[in-house]
Amino acid sequence: MQSTESSFENLRNDFPILKRTVRDNKRLVYLDNASTTQKPNQVIDAITDYYQNHNANIHRAVYALAEESTEAYEAARDKIANFVNVKNRQELIFVRGTTEAINLVAYAWGRPHINEGDIIVTTEYEHHSNIVPWQLLTQEKRAKLEYIGMNDDGELNLDDLDKYLATGKVKLVTFSLMSNVLGTITDAEKIIAKCKAAGVLTLIDGAQAVPHMKVDLDTLGCDFFAFSGHKMLAPTGIGILWVRKSVLQTMSPFHGGGDMIREVHKYETTWNDLPYKFEAGTPNIADVIGFGAAIDYLTKIGMDNVRQHEIELTTYAMEKFAKIPGLQIYGTKDITKRGGVISFNFADVHPHDVADIIDKEGISLRSGHHCAQVLMERLNVAATSRASFYIYNTKKDVDALIDSLNIVAKVFKL
Amino acid sequence: MSSGTDIYHEMIVDYSRNPINYGEIEDHDVTFHDSNPLCGDSIDIDMKIDDHKVTDIKFHGKGCAICMACTSVLTEITKGKSLDDVKKIEKNDILSELGLEHLQAVRIKCALLSLKVLKSALYTYLGSHLENTEGIDKLKTEAENLY
Ligand SMILES: Cc1ncc(COP(=O)(O)O)c(C=O)c1O
Ligand SMILES: [Zn+2]
Repeated sequence: MQSTESSFENLRNDFPILKRTVRDNKRLVYLDNASTTQKPNQVIDAITDYYQNHNANIHRAVYALAEESTEAYEAARDKIANFVNVKNRQELIFVRGTTEAINLVAYAWGRPHINEGDIIVTTEYEHHSNIVPWQLLTQEKRAKLEYIGMNDDGELNLDDLDKYLATGKVKLVTFSLMSNVLGTITDAEKIIAKCKAAGVLTLIDGAQAVPHMKVDLDTLGCDFFAFSGHKMLAPTGIGILWVRKSVLQTMSPFHGGGDMIREVHKYETTWNDLPYKFEAGTPNIADVIGFGAAIDYLTKIGMDNVRQHEIELTTYAMEKFAKIPGLQIYGTKDITKRGGVISFNFADVHPHDVADIIDKEGISLRSGHHCAQVLMERLNVAATSRASFYIYNTKKDVDALIDSLNIVAKVFKL
Repeated sequence: MSSGTDIYHEMIVDYSRNPINYGEIEDHDVTFHDSNPLCGDSIDIDMKIDDHKVTDIKFHGKGCAICMACTSVLTEITKGKSLDDVKKIEKNDILSELGLEHLQAVRIKCALLSLKVLKSALYTYLGSHLENTEGIDKLKTEAENLY
């Protein structure tokens, strides 16, 4: 597909929800894509087709439906492996989402490997899902949690990392590839190189990166990688944990139950092959298939085009924002270092009031701490407003946002 | 249901910029803090209590316009009242003062955070000064059931 405004405009037709109106018959301007994205017909239809024509449990029976269902489920795994360039499909585990993926690592890798005095390093701009599991683990193990700090442009101070690595006690460094608040794209290559040199494992939270740019796990070189389907056109309740095989082999099971076993006896059990050892119970089959359809959809557009479209929109929005007196944007102004997420505050108006007023104009904008309270503290704000773009957003959406901010200015006499 | 610009009338905007009774009481007899996870409203209320009366009340913190306006109004209502009368303050006393009786469900927590903090401060004070645990439990339940 050509990356032109008109081709992206055309793809809005695939998203039925974009045809509806909200509040007083206003056009829906959906700008909360960092939270979750809308779903195209191709994904909705794949799920419907599964339930209407193929529904059966997987991996357990020989009849026709079970065979079709298992095939579709495993085909989705291959599509996803291909999408993020994973060579070994045994390393891809289906989970509920990024949160479950990180908790799985904290439990199944962390518990056997983290001991008293060990250090786990995270960053100041993490989502709560990449902080709280590590707090739980380090508290239980009497280990320590440390933070890589951030400069005022929203970029990490890697000197902090050097300092922690020099202690020789770091066991894991965990960071998001793109901040869900600032949009900062983390210099993963540099962090991974430093960690590799120190023999330290790395976990990447790819929840914001994978939906918006090309990610190649084969060249990236981290050890754990997590992302969520619902932020990239797929249904809610399905996500991916990828773990390098040599690390995966050192992990204990997470949930015990059906499908994850080879043989169960009264007092002992042997485990199934990878990745099934980590996929206990009947999985979310329909949504895995929906995820596969979302991958097909994005592949057809091309992730480089997705990124290019968002760069265009974000540049356009940042230029317009810069002209509004009193509007402060957080994070770097360098478009090559940020994704399509813009967090801002408007003079002394609380973000909750901004969101409420512009909601009446049909605009869905997020206000609050965005599950990143450590970052809010660092920025010294209670909350921010956040606009985040995806493939179906257009300059018209940005214009609508700007117009609605003028209403906020009027109400608050700015 | 009120939403959008109609709830942001003059009084709300003014109170949010110039809150009443804003600040701290250093030698307070009781202080209490609470916050709203959804929008990050965060309020502390300090009270000076003499002879079963609220002789001074101040609040500080950060919040949306609805939260700041409602907290301002609540502190005005509370100042000078006997503790028994403070117990009787209810949500409509605040909402009607500001014309917010029909506030949307998602904003009601902003409007009533201050009342929750006030009642919590009150039973904290009573709890540390009275032996009557039955009354305190009743008050506690009342505070918990505010939302
Ligand atoms: C950077 C980041 N990490 C983790 C998450 C959690 O993802 P989920 O809620 O899908 O588990 C999110 C989404 O809210 C996110 O933006
Ligand atoms: Zn609020």
